Amino acid sequence: MHEEIIRLVNVSKSFDDQQVLQNINLSIGRNEFVTLLGPSGCGKTTTLRIIGGFEVADTGDVIFEGKKINNLPPYKRSLNTVFQRYALFTHMNVYENIAFGLKIKKMDKKEIDRKVTEVLRLVNLSGYEKREINSLSGGQQQRIAIARALVNEPQVLLLDEPLGALDLKLRKDMQLELKKIQQSLGITFIYVTHDQEEALTMSDTIVVMKDGKIQQIGTPQDIYNEPVNAFVADFIGESNIIDGVMVKDYYVEFAGRGFECVDKGFKPNESVDVVIRPEDIKLVPVEEGMIEGVVESVIFKGVHYEMIIYGRGRRWMVHSTMMEPVNTKVGMKITPYDIHIMKKVTEE
Amino acid sequence: MKRHLMAYPYALWILIFIIVPLALILFYSVFSIDADGIHFTLENFKRVFEPIYLAVFFRSIKIAAISTIICLVLGYPMAMILAGKNLSKKSLLVVLFVIPMWMNFLARTYAWMTLLEKNGLIATIAEFFGIELPSLLYTENTVILGMVYNFLPFMVLPIYSVLVKIDKAVIEAAEDLGATPITVFRRIIFPLSLPGVSSGIIMVFMPALTTFVISRLLGGAHFTLIGNLIEQQFLTTMDWGFGSALSVVLMLMIMVSMGVAMRYEKENEGGGLW
Repeated sequence: MHEEIIRLVNVSKSFDDQQVLQNINLSIGRNEFVTLLGPSGCGKTTTLRIIGGFEVADTGDVIFEGKKINNLPPYKRSLNTVFQRYALFTHMNVYENIAFGLKIKKMDKKEIDRKVTEVLRLVNLSGYEKREINSLSGGQQQRIAIARALVNEPQVLLLDEPLGALDLKLRKDMQLELKKIQQSLGITFIYVTHDQEEALTMSDTIVVMKDGKIQQIGTPQDIYNEPVNAFVADFIGESNIIDGVMVKDYYVEFAGRGFECVDKGFKPNESVDVVIRPEDIKLVPVEEGMIEGVVESVIFKGVHYEMIIYGRGRRWMVHSTMMEPVNTKVGMKITPYDIHIMKKVTEE
Repeated sequence: MKRHLMAYPYALWILIFIIVPLALILFYSVFSIDADGIHFTLENFKRVFEPIYLAVFFRSIKIAAISTIICLVLGYPMAMILAGKNLSKKSLLVVLFVIPMWMNFLARTYAWMTLLEKNGLIATIAEFFGIELPSLLYTENTVILGMVYNFLPFMVLPIYSVLVKIDKAVIEAAEDLGATPITVFRRIIFPLSLPGVSSGIIMVFMPALTTFVISRLLGGAHFTLIGNLIEQQFLTTMDWGFGSALSVVLMLMIMVSMGVAMRYEKENEGGGLW
């Protein structure tokens, strides 16, 4: 099923003695939508630029369809890029921008015309051929940048935070549209973003990165439900991260009491991070709760309320559709399945 | 209301140093003053179009154009190197490039005279190797050399300032679409740098067209450009009327060429120095 198209083998890269990538190993399949996700400075853009050929890795290999392409310049690689701020050619109109790559390939004029018309239809901008770039809105420029890359029919499309400059509504529309384009054309997308929601919405596979290292590779569901460490848990959605002790298999102690859980395989009495999603804490009457607390603040978030509850010496973030007023005493209940136990990340 | 007042010194400045002299030049060009009083005359302008003076105009334009082209050919690659990415090398280059500009313009030109004159440095070295050099000083080429040397920075700087503003991502995008470095230059970098090129051309062509110092020092007493001709009318022959007419014609020529260039720049969204 997983037919590999790109593989990174032990790729490392530093800029001025600062290591930005450390031993990146990654296999990307044909037709896969892969998202490189992480906070700024985590090396996700550098990884993309190494795949695109704009940077050369210090060590390690970039393999494209079984062939090493470590030192191949960008213009010889059969992949195309959508840049962060579009990087359109402002001295050319829409048609000339899109036709740029095709003209370089010395394609027949009629064929170019046909392809440009077709790709403009794909990005919903039919009839914009003669428009100047500066007369277009951000969203339209974005579509032109995508069209300019797609018209070359690359096997892999690299996208570097392409929706970063758009407003929220437009971004959501474009997310769905990009996903649709990717599925209908059946090409591999490698997408860089720091927006976890965007990553969850669009990706087949998410690669979570931090400090130049890959933290976790998995489907959106895997990453959200089974984060491998506290960083991933915290980065993908909101989390309560609590210091705990794994007393024995299926039994953890935190917040001054014991809880049943579903994890095992830790050393007896190993210190662990306990991760609990805010929506997994149920508010119940005090006498039914496992932990007792007092509501400190309530923020209305649209779909749910975000409450901060003080109990057992710490603050708990709770998401619920039911609001409890400030200063109410509440009980909190957590089912064993919702308690995620993670090994402590040792900082070296 | 008060802000209005602050414009007055500037307006006065313009009046005294720009409008009045211009009006005087216009006045002298069309009125002759003698014992009988002041008469309107177009005689001065008629003289401007006599073949001997037209030849001077033609030569001035030719030399200014050649100098401008040489400055462009030398200056563009220089601007590209300056705009390149290696910072440490760049600052050294900028310093090397700027140091001669700290020296007085006349001193620099005199320096060339001592280098080029009959028993000057270059001739002596050539003689040492047994090479007999033709006259280096007082030729058209020497004047062109002086112009290129003095005006080259005015070509390099506007081009440089446009080149450094080109988004690196645009160049990467072109490479990404399959453009070789040569195609990137031809289709992306050069077209985007045109506003700088046109400013550079104006900034070299104008002083090259009007200079009289370079042609006097490096071209010799008999080498006459339009600037020398005007200078002569005012300082030697005292024919202020004819000198003024020559100035007016020269000014019109410059205004027309500037107008063309500025219009072109407006279409390209500007970005140069003008």
